[in-house]
Amino acid sequence: MKTFPIGGVHPSDNKCWSKDKAIEVLELPDVVNIPLAQHIGAPATAKVAKGDKVLVGQLIAEATGFMSANIHSSVSGTVTAVDMLPNAQGIRQMMITIKREGDEWMPEIDRSADIIRECNLEPQAIIAKIKEAGIVGMGGATFPTHVKLSIPQGCTAEYLIINGVECEPFLTSDHRNMLERGEEMLIGVEIIAKALGVKHAIVGVENNKPDAIANLKKIIAEKGFDIKVEPLKVQYPQGGEKQLIAAVTGRQVPPPPALPIHVGAVVCNASTSLAVYEAVQKNKPLVERVVTITGETMATPRNLLTRMGTPITKLVEMGGGLKDGDVKVVNGGPMMGRAMVNLDSPVTKGCSGITAFAGEKAHRVEVEECIKCAKCVEACPMGLEPYLLIKLSQRQMWDRAEEERIPDCIECGCCQYTCPAGLPLLDYVRLAKQTVMGIIRARAAAQAANK
Amino acid sequence: MANKFIVAPAPHMHNPHSTQSLMRDVIIALLPALAVSAWVYGLGVLMVTAIAIVSCVVFEYIFQRLFLGGRQTITNLSAIVTGLLLAFNLPTSIPWWIIVVGALVAIGVGKMTYGGLGKNPFNPALVGRVFLLIAYPVQMTSFAQPSVSGYVDAMSGATPLASVKALAADGSLAESLGSVDLSNMFIGMMPGSMGEIAAMALILGGLYMLWRKVITWHIPVSILLTMAIFAFAVVLLSGEKGAVLYEFPAFHLLAGGALLGAIFMATDYVTSPMTHKAMVIYGIGIGLITMVIRLWGAYPEGMSFAILIMNAVTPLLNKYIKPRRFGKTSAK
Repeated sequence: MKTFPIGGVHPSDNKCWSKDKAIEVLELPDVVNIPLAQHIGAPATAKVAKGDKVLVGQLIAEATGFMSANIHSSVSGTVTAVDMLPNAQGIRQMMITIKREGDEWMPEIDRSADIIRECNLEPQAIIAKIKEAGIVGMGGATFPTHVKLSIPQGCTAEYLIINGVECEPFLTSDHRNMLERGEEMLIGVEIIAKALGVKHAIVGVENNKPDAIANLKKIIAEKGFDIKVEPLKVQYPQGGEKQLIAAVTGRQVPPPPALPIHVGAVVCNASTSLAVYEAVQKNKPLVERVVTITGETMATPRNLLTRMGTPITKLVEMGGGLKDGDVKVVNGGPMMGRAMVNLDSPVTKGCSGITAFAGEKAHRVEVEECIKCAKCVEACPMGLEPYLLIKLSQRQMWDRAEEERIPDCIECGCCQYTCPAGLPLLDYVRLAKQTVMGIIRARAAAQAANK
Repeated sequence: MANKFIVAPAPHMHNPHSTQSLMRDVIIALLPALAVSAWVYGLGVLMVTAIAIVSCVVFEYIFQRLFLGGRQTITNLSAIVTGLLLAFNLPTSIPWWIIVVGALVAIGVGKMTYGGLGKNPFNPALVGRVFLLIAYPVQMTSFAQPSVSGYVDAMSGATPLASVKALAADGSLAESLGSVDLSNMFIGMMPGSMGEIAAMALILGGLYMLWRKVITWHIPVSILLTMAIFAFAVVLLSGEKGAVLYEFPAFHLLAGGALLGAIFMATDYVTSPMTHKAMVIYGIGIGLITMVIRLWGAYPEGMSFAILIMNAVTPLLNKYIKPRRFGKTSAK
């Protein structure tokens, strides 16, 4: 079974809580708060004002510049505010508040269940439609998809790799989409492959989802798709972009600033492919997504088709509510997700799941001395030495940290997960990485200024 | 809502290993060898072990309390491992006060002077053992003959390494091996330090640690393979033929502290290198130095010295041997 070449860990996958729960449609919220920044890059610019009436799928904020994404209303109703509101981390950011009235969709959106395979659009037209629909990477990175599909001059895409790995423990939203909406997703893959002009389209799926693998293979055989399904070993971070490319193609993306396209690969998330299908074939912008609400202490873990901007409390309620006492509610999975303080904050495009921890598991383990066991070195999928990087970071030795290739870090958390001494390795590595990247950028700017 | 929200950066999961659990696994892995030793040498073995463990733990507590301050570290069980390993390196007939001195040197000089667990450059148990070997050479090399009958009498015997070395001085390698019985050595029926005699039990412990992912194969395998190849080459060069070609390497793997050293002492986290490549180089170094001392040095056994020497090289290996970097393929 294929896997990535270096490092990795095996956290218990905890998919059992929600993997067999079919996708349910979450009851429409009365009010949604839709942030203008739900993607990497510049926040979108609001196109509506207080008092405006909007329909589901109506453009309410427009992409600002190249690296940005459109935002559409997820409900029909009246805009009640365009204002700064606290996000999941309690930091204020611009959001559009809409009070829901009924559920009226934009007329051009095809809401029927008919599956449309044929797509006669030219690559540029496909990318334009994807851009129009405001699609971003739905695995959590939220990189604008139309930017990803616009191949830079001098590069050619050979492989389109669809990320159905879902290597984060607990999360099952991609899994359910591959199971329940496999055909639509595969059409989406076909469309992306056409937009890129690639020869090979491969869906990478971790082997803990045999039902999803079987389902995709069956659809491919029955409907004659030119797409390959590649079962992968269960090992975190199999779904890391560079790890996935290496696992599937054997090619390693060179160290930064090189990008996946330099080895001829473009990686797209499975749920994103489904969104592409809906955008291109059904004119439906990205206004809803499947969110897994899960956790060991959740009474009723579920996979919920949720409108963007729905308050997270609503999902938590559907999951059975939080246990009393200490809790940690994470936006995303346990390895890379972000802990939240404000559950009134909205579901956004990158939110693949809400994972709750209670009691002791809400806390970190006790910190001890480093015993140089070398487990972090063994676990690092990028071939770094976290035990050394934490010391360089603590001593603010940024030059040395750069020599030790700290910009390579993908922040997967394997080192900290595996450390028997419970050291906050990634906290310090992240700090040093940000500092070093800042230094590198400043140096590049200074060099450019000198020329 | 009666909730307190805990916020911290990712990751939010941690694997079940802790320093304590790793040390507990090492202790479990050492138990079979201890049992064989007690079976071969009698219950005196348990007495020596108990004295070594208790002294190590007490010294660690005292040093932490008086000099280092901070949180007590005896709960992470590492002092117990040091005590066990020190005891494994002693003969059963050793006077109790020498054990206490050994523990003092191991924990005091070998570990706490550097700042405690994680900071010592040399394996503490070996620092203790080598100190005792030099300070009390007579007591440290009076090995009892194995007697399954129970009580060990004062009659002492030379270790197989010492007798083979003496015989090899004026005879062929094949003749020098005449006095040893490899299958007895495999079980543990030979004079030696308490913990080093039970080859089979030590291998079992090693497999347990591999299975529990406490250690990786790199260090033990590279040490033992180097020793075997070295011994094989020596026989080849001597021109002797026959069974000695494989008996001589097998003898060196079973004799003395080869297995105890390779599996339990050289793999000490703190004093061994951080990358797999460096671990292999470290292992080869230990294997070579051990064989050179065994064959041509003043001591019959060289494992302890070899490990300590390579401990000293470890920081250098860590500095220059870097892990394989993702994205840097040799093709490009």
